[in-house]
Amino acid sequence: MTSLAVRKAPPATGATGAARGRTPLRGRIALVPTAVLLLGALYCLLPVAWVVIASTKSGSELFSTFTFLPGTGFADNIRDLGAYRDGIYWQWMGNSALYAVLGALLSTCVSAVSGFALATYRFRGRETMFNILLAGVLMPPIILAIPQYLLLAQADLTDSYWSVLLPQILSPYGVYLSRIYAAAAVPGDVVEAGRMDGAGEWRIFTRIALPMMVPGMVTVFLFQFVAIWNNFLLPYIMLSDDERFPLTLGLFTLLEQGSNTPALYTLVITGAFLAVVPLVALFLVVQRFWSLDLLSGAVKS
Amino acid sequence: MTSARRRSYGVKGAPYAFLLPATVLFALFFALPIGYAVWLSLHKVKVSGLGLGAGARKEVWAGLENYTDSLTDSELLAGALRVLGYGCIVVPVMLGLALLFALMLDSEKVRLAPFTRLAIFLPYAIPGVVAALLWGFLYLPSVSPFYYVLDALGLPQPDLLDGGPLYGALSNIAIWGGTGFNMIVIYTSLRAIPAEVHEAAKLDGATPLQTALRIKIPMVAPSLVLTFFFSIIATLQVFNEPTTLKPLTNSVSTTWSPLMKVYRDAFGTGDIYRAAAEAVIIALATLVLSFGFLRAANRRNRQDARQGGAR
Repeated sequence: MTSLAVRKAPPATGATGAARGRTPLRGRIALVPTAVLLLGALYCLLPVAWVVIASTKSGSELFSTFTFLPGTGFADNIRDLGAYRDGIYWQWMGNSALYAVLGALLSTCVSAVSGFALATYRFRGRETMFNILLAGVLMPPIILAIPQYLLLAQADLTDSYWSVLLPQILSPYGVYLSRIYAAAAVPGDVVEAGRMDGAGEWRIFTRIALPMMVPGMVTVFLFQFVAIWNNFLLPYIMLSDDERFPLTLGLFTLLEQGSNTPALYTLVITGAFLAVVPLVALFLVVQRFWSLDLLSGAVKS
Repeated sequence: MTSARRRSYGVKGAPYAFLLPATVLFALFFALPIGYAVWLSLHKVKVSGLGLGAGARKEVWAGLENYTDSLTDSELLAGALRVLGYGCIVVPVMLGLALLFALMLDSEKVRLAPFTRLAIFLPYAIPGVVAALLWGFLYLPSVSPFYYVLDALGLPQPDLLDGGPLYGALSNIAIWGGTGFNMIVIYTSLRAIPAEVHEAAKLDGATPLQTALRIKIPMVAPSLVLTFFFSIIATLQVFNEPTTLKPLTNSVSTTWSPLMKVYRDAFGTGDIYRAAAEAVIIALATLVLSFGFLRAANRRNRQDARQGGAR
């Protein structure tokens, strides 16, 4: 009630606009914040817009026409990219999808069950275990990756799908987020009520707690999906056969070759464009179902 | 539910069973590799004779030799200094922008907030390699729109991929990719500020700028600390962007950042013992810097609280 009254009071609210002498829309639109945000959006969208347009240009147009002018070679570029080394690009995209979907799914399961346990039970060593897991966030990927490579080489697993998949299943950040969600979303009385009814702990987790944790788990899944899809260092270290490369590594090797032969630039640009499409699409579709706020571990009670 | 009423229905073992997968994975892919890295860093290969034949190359105890060698290595030091310079640009600019955008999103009567919020967050979804690649092309005179405009206006065209501008060019990629994520973290905690606080400020006649400086920023200090913490870690571990730009310019060496040097030593020159020591040093530096920062931030917060500040 008071908030409505205050919001209508003019003097304080219009101050920014008035102070800068921009009065016409004052009271309706906050000009400065809107302008700042639009500039920020422009900065963030510019390279994406560029790659969309550049991917439509043929090799000669790329170097001759103004960059923000669409070209005529989009279909040819896609065809060339598909033809490059017998369609290895599509193989990379499939690999990325495999690593990201499977990795994120397994990772979300591990995070959910760990987060639930850490949030619900009081047991000896709980905080120690949590802190040790969390310390994993601080470890530079390379200090892990080099010995991981050497250890997996001992097990004869390097240069395999496993070598990229297995190390990414445990995500300390995912466990941390899951613990917060579980603590906020699963009330202790509900768990206790389940026990009174004679349900086992596993049943309580799968039937009662997990459904309550779904929104948080969607966030953990997406977070892990993006992290694995974007990972470069681990596959860079683990893989040598480009049949198993994810997109990031494939595009990097393409760029490395392209730097000597500018004819490959159009392939790299078209490849980069196609690499961006699935994630942007995923975000646009999923943003209805998840709240960005969950990413910071903030949960509405 | 009080803990006194919480009886155990064979519950005792459940948490340990639930944590088993995480524990096993942690042991295999975190603890074991870290232990192995430390072990490697304390060893070296001793070559007897010409290094030919079985048993000619042997792993022997090296003590701290790899560490003293690494710490006196001018290449590693130069890389650390480069990353320091890079971090001095990235962290303040990225977090400054993130805070600015978060405050703007939180201000009243702002238009297009959902669209701009998503647009600024979008780069988070784009792989670092692809981001570096995109910006790399935008920095490249032959294809960049910026150079096209500069050329049309008859203005000089700076080389963005060399010397001082290279720092700006690399920083820009990190800022572009990281601002949105940090903005969300800060924005979330801005929205958690109770409405009464805003109203009280307004009744006292505070301008939006005053409200932001005196009330909002102090109240989101914990999330600023968190974003600082993540940014410092990310900066110390910079690898993807310079590695991706390397094919486009000769100014990025194979040892531009400390992690790149670790990679080169491990897989380029093949001295994994040396690389392990360098990796351990970087990990320790990360721990010291990030915890040092957290402690300093905590002390500041406590002081503010004692002085009866906004908290």
